[in-house]
Amino acid sequence: MAASAESLPHPRRQQPLPIRIVHWCNALFIVLMAGSGLQILIAYPYLGPRGALYGWYPLQGVAPPQWLTVGGWLAGGRHWHFAIAWFFVINGLIYLAYLAGSGEWRRRIFNPGRDARAAAAQFLYYARIRRRPPPHDFYNGLQRLAYTSIVVIGAAMVLSGLAIYKPVQFHVLTRLFGGYDGARVVHLAGLAMIALFVATHLVLVALHPKEIVAMVTGGKRE
Amino acid sequence: MNSRISRRRFVTGAAAASLLAGCDSRPITSFLRAMKDWNAGFEAALFSPSRLAPELPESATTPEDDFPEYYISDEAPDVPPNWFLTVGGLVERPRRFMLAELQAMTQTSMRVRHHCVEGWSAVASWQGLRVSDLARAAGLKQDVRYVEFRSFDSGYWSCWDLASAMHPQTLLAWGMNGHPLTSGHGAPLRVYSAVKLGYKMCKYLAEVNFLALDSGGYWENQGYDWFAGV
Repeated sequence: MAASAESLPHPRRQQPLPIRIVHWCNALFIVLMAGSGLQILIAYPYLGPRGALYGWYPLQGVAPPQWLTVGGWLAGGRHWHFAIAWFFVINGLIYLAYLAGSGEWRRRIFNPGRDARAAAAQFLYYARIRRRPPPHDFYNGLQRLAYTSIVVIGAAMVLSGLAIYKPVQFHVLTRLFGGYDGARVVHLAGLAMIALFVATHLVLVALHPKEIVAMVTGGKRE
Repeated sequence: MNSRISRRRFVTGAAAASLLAGCDSRPITSFLRAMKDWNAGFEAALFSPSRLAPELPESATTPEDDFPEYYISDEAPDVPPNWFLTVGGLVERPRRFMLAELQAMTQTSMRVRHHCVEGWSAVASWQGLRVSDLARAAGLKQDVRYVEFRSFDSGYWSCWDLASAMHPQTLLAWGMNGHPLTSGHGAPLRVYSAVKLGYKMCKYLAEVNFLALDSGGYWENQGYDWFAGV
């Protein structure tokens, strides 16, 4: 454990104040972005261009239920989506800047050399193949993998969203996603991954309620 | 999946919004309006008058039966007898054009992707006259900032920023995929542009007016984004 998670400059709370603020803002923004995004999807709940829908997509024509949506109609959904997008991006950048500046990244970001085996062992433990959890410090390997992946997915959501928003002004970016309709696929797949993350996250914090307390009060200093 | 159903959904949405406006709280409405204005400025700042949408190969063309046909009248509007295009507003030489007169000016053709606000895309080639060439023929006065396109489709209209209208890929199109426009696609003349969402591209064109002030638009006045660039 050379680049140990413990090598932070001084003892600090489990969840320092900036992280708590960013976390709860992000929770609100994700709900609003997902709800307004689903409202937009209702207008054309298909993947693929007109006349060439993607055959592999099983949910062609299946519109999300209205109760999951934000904005009331297409224009309302768009206004919410493009309004909150700014706050979502700024909040994410604040989070990354804080991780970098405070050194928090050392105990939070997935480092394959340090965490890959631990993550695999943790997975085997959750799958009940392994009896005891592997030793861990602040976070276990799977937590680091999850909390790092979701940042990458968030970045992919922003980029694929820009590719859909400005497929001509940003046509080079749009081409990277396989064109306008490819970017819609990535954007919807990203939403599915975020939903999976949030569902797992909620189950795990329900099983470990002390973590919710820590994300509100900061938790103990370590 | 037919386009009439989508259009109905589009319209029901508008009704839902007016219902919803009743229960929206004022701070939220103000917040959304402020962000909408901010985003309109952002869109205008992102817009490059010279950046071109990629031209697509013929193989990318959407089968015409799959290319949706939207209009707000109950049926695709018929071309009025003795149709002509009126070009007016703040121009040196306001006048009427017969279709053949427009076709005798410069012609251009482009095959680009169409982006609908609903989220679908489709591809066709479009033949017509650049709006910038029409503007040159009409002679714009100093104060022109906007271009208003008006139709004979139950009063449908849309007003544009001048820069987007002057983009080389913004046309007054009379042809689609090499044949004259069909009535479902806006015959005899429509706006077609690579740099705007579909609802800005006024079909069944009757008037082009160069203006100093914004005159809104059919969907824009119901709450859709005014800039609507892509």
